[in-house]
Amino acid sequence: MAHFFTYAVLTSTVAAAIALSSSFLFAALGETMGQRSGVINLGVDGIMLLSAFATYFTALKTGDLLYAVLAGAGVGLVMGFVTAFISVTLKAEQGISGIGVYLFGLGLSDLLFLRLVGTPLPISQLSPIGIPLLDRIPAVGAMFFRQTILVYLAFLLVPVFTFVLNRTTYGLKIRAAGENPSAADTVGISVARIRWSTVLIGCTMAGLAGAALLLYDGIFMENLTQSEGFIAVALVYFGAWRPLGVMGGSVLYGLAIAVVLSWKSLGIIPLSASDLAATAPAVITVLTLLLVARRFRQPAVLGKPYERGD
Amino acid sequence: MTDPGALSHLEETDPRTLSHLEEAVPLLQMSAITKRFPGVLANDGVDFDVAAGEVHALFGENGAGKSTLMRVLYGLYRPDEGKIAINGKATEISSPAAAIRQGIGMIHQHFMLVNTLTVVENIALGLKSSRGPLTDLRRVAKRVRELADSHGLKVSTDALVWQLSVGERQRVEILKALYRDANILVLDEPTAVLTPNEVDDLFRVLRQLAAAGRGLVFISHKVNEVLELSDRITVLRAGRRVGTLSREAASRESLVEMMVGHDISAEIRQAPAAGGDKRLVLAGLTVRGDRGQEAVRGVDLTVESGEIVGIAGVSGNGQRELAEAIAGIRAPEGGSALIDGKEVLGAPPDRVRAAGLAYVPEERMRDGIVPDFSVAENLMLVESGRPPFSHLGFLRARTIRRHCQKLVEEFAVKTPSLDTPARNLSGGNIQKLIMARELSGRPRVLLVAQPTRGIDVGAATYIHKRLVEQRDAGTAVLIISEDLDEVMSLSDRILVMFEGRVIGTADPRTSTREAVGLLMAGVVPS
Ligand SMILES: Nc1ncnc2c1ncn2[C@@H]1O[C@H](COP(=O)(O)OP(=O)(O)O)[C@@H](O)[C@H]1O
Ligand SMILES: [Mg+2]
Repeated sequence: MAHFFTYAVLTSTVAAAIALSSSFLFAALGETMGQRSGVINLGVDGIMLLSAFATYFTALKTGDLLYAVLAGAGVGLVMGFVTAFISVTLKAEQGISGIGVYLFGLGLSDLLFLRLVGTPLPISQLSPIGIPLLDRIPAVGAMFFRQTILVYLAFLLVPVFTFVLNRTTYGLKIRAAGENPSAADTVGISVARIRWSTVLIGCTMAGLAGAALLLYDGIFMENLTQSEGFIAVALVYFGAWRPLGVMGGSVLYGLAIAVVLSWKSLGIIPLSASDLAATAPAVITVLTLLLVARRFRQPAVLGKPYERGD
Repeated sequence: MTDPGALSHLEETDPRTLSHLEEAVPLLQMSAITKRFPGVLANDGVDFDVAAGEVHALFGENGAGKSTLMRVLYGLYRPDEGKIAINGKATEISSPAAAIRQGIGMIHQHFMLVNTLTVVENIALGLKSSRGPLTDLRRVAKRVRELADSHGLKVSTDALVWQLSVGERQRVEILKALYRDANILVLDEPTAVLTPNEVDDLFRVLRQLAAAGRGLVFISHKVNEVLELSDRITVLRAGRRVGTLSREAASRESLVEMMVGHDISAEIRQAPAAGGDKRLVLAGLTVRGDRGQEAVRGVDLTVESGEIVGIAGVSGNGQRELAEAIAGIRAPEGGSALIDGKEVLGAPPDRVRAAGLAYVPEERMRDGIVPDFSVAENLMLVESGRPPFSHLGFLRARTIRRHCQKLVEEFAVKTPSLDTPARNLSGGNIQKLIMARELSGRPRVLLVAQPTRGIDVGAATYIHKRLVEQRDAGTAVLIISEDLDEVMSLSDRILVMFEGRVIGTADPRTSTREAVGLLMAGVVPS
């Protein structure tokens, strides 16, 4: 049992946690943008699955991981058009339509996989890039500064999104659309346009999340995400609709998974209990959610389509 | 003003002949605007114009179409017919953005502010920034402060909107319009939410804005305010323009008559109450408020059959808690409440109703109706479970419709149909709906809180008449109202509540308004 608290195991667990959290972070950051503008997208997981497959297929066929990532993001964007059309233009009930998108993604990704690939072949993975100098710092370097480009990108987007939301006119419009769309409308802002844009961003991010996840695993399989997309939605609540909070939640979640994985491989958790242990991250999140997030208020019109006139 | 000829003469008043308005081309000219909603003709060929430098009031009952006309101007609604010209140039206003570009600003009846943003952020919202994609809040704040200073509109720019009082929020709305260089400023019932002092301040600001050459549209259904502030007054009734008068030509009576379409000056008559049995007896009633404070501290009162007892008082002195405790929707601390000699205090609302109470609550939209239910469903809220409206648990649709149709006609509820959601009705018609429902059960005791608050004169007069009718039919009527005139004109006896107690009583036939007003302020004559 003492094995866990060795230098090597600790650093590799944290490094894995950071890497694992990146896909949550992409998805949850994107979802944050949508939710701040008043749109809740429950289809994230389905979009991640489709994008993961697109990433996998492209990598398999071209061998080029950049194309693979772009394919994943592109599929996310396309699904963004679908989602925005349903949620914003058609003003559908967002809870239901999101589940629809999820089931669509779940089914289609598996179908495409069986039809186009069939036997799972591994693809090459993204190799970690060390940040010069920083990666030499003892422990810290190994944990944080020898990661893949996608991990860096995910964490870089945290300050970017914070800045966009709080310091730009676009961010102001997003916040207004999620709090009082009539007020936005009466000063000449197109609520529909704002929401379309945040949904497109959110779904593209979900696409990146799928790509990141796929490239971490290096292989596609049915229901690869194991509902990570839903966890990402929960992490937005956990993070109180702020990118920094969302990042905290993602890292916590990644850490929980990494610890469970590491304890399993060290034999700390017996094989017989491993299914139970796999639920630990979800339980931790739900509990923290109950403790923390209750204190924050969600965007006032979250999930409500906007219709002009009282 | 009962001569119909007098009205038709007024309709021909040409605004351009009014001597103090010299502009030949009005700032704004709306011609023959028609706007239909499903089942409602909200504007029916309405002409309306505004000259630079004037305050033009749009006066009419709730539901007359005032807000609709201005929402058309602001690009929120597309008119079905009609033209709009700004400075003599015909324009299409297809969106609020277009309206803002044309120099139109509107302060909506329900403020259009984002509560979680600061004052500056709200004002900057939707504007081009001098820093491109980045917000330039500091610059905006500076200009807002300048504007605020020069117009006497005090606001703290960095406060979050939810922290502001209603009056402050309104100032933010005005600043928002001024910041966008609004030359035509529309204010939709701006005084409805203000205290008298705040109204004075607002009027001072509005006069100043008009004097600087802007054109102001002031929407109101309060005749005194309209006469105090406006240069011209256009009266709307049921979507039509009844006429336009200069202030000099207008009088209280003529305006009200134009608004309601008939003479309402005949005062509600005060027949002496026919003394009867004690229907409602409260003794030592004590009730706690929402924050646990003692809101009602030992109230004794009796209401006999055939009399109206009015409870006067500034709101917040325990009236709401008193009413709710009687109606069974708030747990009492102590005391007793007898209806026809039967103890009902602390009983659930259906038991209190079964004992003979009908209750018209103060918060109409929250406690009086289910806004998303239809008119018919709201009318049947109380009685739907009883014969003849249901049988073995099944509703009897035809009986119910016939009954509802009768009630709607009997109480003159203006609604496109029985299936219209109640939230679409005007405040006055919602109150009539509630009255219809409550009175259809032939109550022994009728408790009405704020019978006409926020309701236009026509509907208010109607409701007053029904209350007096109830009294004459022998019901014991208890009215709670902040409107002193209402209490004075309706009641046979007046009790004044102050800080949870009945601080004094008055006889409306012999007491003066001032005497009751002093009691309301907590001053007891020694
Ligand atoms: N968005 C809407 N949909 C349907 N009916 C409406 C709508 N807005 C207003 N109305 C109806 O149009 C009429 C005029 O309403 P409104 O212009 O709000 O009156 P006012 O402002 O004079 O009180 C009312 O009968 C109202 O019920
Ligand atoms: Mg109105």
